[in-house]
Amino acid sequence: MLVIKNLHANIDGKEILKGLSLTINKGEIHAIMGPNGSGKSTLSSVITGHPAFEVTHGTIEFNGTDLLELAPEERANEGIFLSFQYPVEIPGVSMVNFMRSAINEQRKYRNEPAISATDFLRLMREKKELVEMDSKLTNRAVNEGFSGGEKKKNEIFQMAMLEPKLAILDETDSGLDIDALRIVANGVNKLKSPENATVVITHYQRLLDYITPDFVHVLYDGKIVKSGGKELALELEARGYDWIKQEVEA
Amino acid sequence: MEQQYIDLYKAHRGMIKEHAAAVMNASRDEAFARFARLGFPTTKIENYKYTELKPSLEVDYGLNFRRLDFPVDPYQAFQCDVPGIDSFLYFVVNDGFYPETDDRNKELPEGVIICSMKEASEKYPELVATYYGKQSGKKDDGLVAFNGAFAQDGFFMYVPKNVELPRPVQLINIMRSDVDFMANSHDLIIIEENAKAQLLVCDHTQDDVRFLANRVTEVFVGEYATYDHYKLENTHNRMTNLMTLLIDQQASSNVISNVITLHNGVTRNTIEVALNGKHCETEVCGMVIADKNQTVDNFTSVLHNMPECHSDELFKYVLDDVSKGAFTGRLFVEKDAQKTRAYQTNRNILLHPSAKMRTKPQLEIFADDVKCSHGATIGQLDDNALFYMRSRGIPYNEARLLLMNAFMADVLEYIRIFALRDRMKMLVEKRLRGELSKCEGCVICQ
Ligand SMILES: Nc1ncnc2c1ncn2[C@@H]1O[C@H](COP(=O)(O)OP(=O)(O)OP(=O)(O)O)[C@@H](O)[C@H]1O
Ligand SMILES: [Mg+2]
Repeated sequence: MLVIKNLHANIDGKEILKGLSLTINKGEIHAIMGPNGSGKSTLSSVITGHPAFEVTHGTIEFNGTDLLELAPEERANEGIFLSFQYPVEIPGVSMVNFMRSAINEQRKYRNEPAISATDFLRLMREKKELVEMDSKLTNRAVNEGFSGGEKKKNEIFQMAMLEPKLAILDETDSGLDIDALRIVANGVNKLKSPENATVVITHYQRLLDYITPDFVHVLYDGKIVKSGGKELALELEARGYDWIKQEVEA
Repeated sequence: MEQQYIDLYKAHRGMIKEHAAAVMNASRDEAFARFARLGFPTTKIENYKYTELKPSLEVDYGLNFRRLDFPVDPYQAFQCDVPGIDSFLYFVVNDGFYPETDDRNKELPEGVIICSMKEASEKYPELVATYYGKQSGKKDDGLVAFNGAFAQDGFFMYVPKNVELPRPVQLINIMRSDVDFMANSHDLIIIEENAKAQLLVCDHTQDDVRFLANRVTEVFVGEYATYDHYKLENTHNRMTNLMTLLIDQQASSNVISNVITLHNGVTRNTIEVALNGKHCETEVCGMVIADKNQTVDNFTSVLHNMPECHSDELFKYVLDDVSKGAFTGRLFVEKDAQKTRAYQTNRNILLHPSAKMRTKPQLEIFADDVKCSHGATIGQLDDNALFYMRSRGIPYNEARLLLMNAFMADVLEYIRIFALRDRMKMLVEKRLRGELSKCEGCVICQ
């Protein structure tokens, strides 16, 4: 589904990704771990097409199309979704307007007619229940004044609305209490199918207790330096990153 | 520039007076003397330093001292942008009040008078004389003085004590001429004690010539009265629109003024609200959407002359291309105006690096027990918000539009006529999409 080869990317002339390769097939769950500043969020930004990052080398293919040729909105409509590490507040733009625009753009992209008002409301209700999201939140402006945990839940709500093929969750577990963590993980698991794939970026094993990864990767200094099964996450939790750094530098 | 008009006045003084509302003649020579002394405002004058009016004033405009009718029936010919608002509807063509009014205007409550200044000063000379010039007559302002010398007529509205208008009044100013043309008008609006009225003024241009309108509107709002003044400009870019709106508020009155520039050429709005009694409330708002080489200058003054009044001011601008915006927020609090609460906000978005905005809060506070705040920002659309929306599949242009509409939304909250608020939301969105000048039929743009 997603094939990244030898990816190099800069921001402000500074190289952050330094030859990263990764292949994700449909039906798989990948966890990406790694120390602060290693480039995990940069990888998500580059996949989703953030204009601040410049790709200097390498390729990203998504279901056979050259992703780097597409605008961020086209990538989204091809089925890529990012749950932001730091979701953005958009004062004045209501959640309802925002979601309706997003849904209708997706439908337009697929040559489908705009969603009817009743279908839209039904969809909103269904997905709110899935992530146990309070209607108080969906009646407000996008993320405005939401708590850290509410913002994360809202990301998963949007993911449920848009049903992406590839979802990247960038530290969606950070700042969540135990209940919220369970709800978010349940949401992700319910949306899981053999047709889609999930990338979970996290620092903690605790999320992986709920969402079982097929693969665990360590991103360090702009590259994937180690990959393994779910037991790698347990090992990282127990031993930290120093041994990996030593392996890399050796 | 001035000399031409000074000579014109001297040559046609008799004719101007002969065709003018009598009450307006009483102070005409005095206004002329002031104009002769002051001249037109230039950028050297502090209050006009942001907007160069010279190119607009240099044009050789025709004037209509003889008050000849222009061949147009606005009720037939004109489709305003704000139809479907259930209102009492009136037209002013250039500076003449259009006499054929709507049958429904007969439903005005008893005692309410809406007519031309000329008619009002013939039928109710004392009423008109009590108010005319009481605010404008003292202004040391070249444009107001010019208006006092040359304006012959205007719109008159009187709502007596305790009367509430069942519908808003809509006044449509249409500029209509085959040659470059100048209109001067003086409007007088009197809302007596405990009365309630809403006025929507729409400015339009009909023909593809250069126009200049120099309008002075004096509003008197009595004790416990409520008044809304909405002004919507949707003119073409060969229009110079100079407006002076002077509002006198008496104790416990409540006023909203909301001045919206959707499409224009060169616009200068001077808005002054004087709180002349205790417990007044006033909301002074406005928005500007400008592009190409449009210019909009809003110069506002809120004068807290009495204690315990509350003013809120909010102006927002979205400027694209090489357009220019200016905002001055003068806030004056008299020594004895204790317990004043006054808040002012001006926010601006520049969509293009060549667009220019100048903003200036001007606080003159002489009382000590006051709560005042002011804030001004000039920025771009939030890139992070744009990317966030795009990452959800919303295309760049749509995302920008959502942000701009959101940016303007709170100014539209200051419209207390719900049908008008909805209509304005739509017009703002159309304007931001760049569709307004193409579809509305009344805007002729180069
Ligand atoms: N806008 C920017 N300008 C300059 N440097 C940046 C910018 N954004 C990120 N970086 C740098 O890129 C590097 C990688 O950052 P990134 O956010 O991808 O790390 P991360 O692995 O997600 O870290 P964390 O675990 O803390 O979220 C860091 O050194 C960071 O300082
Ligand atoms: Mg990160």
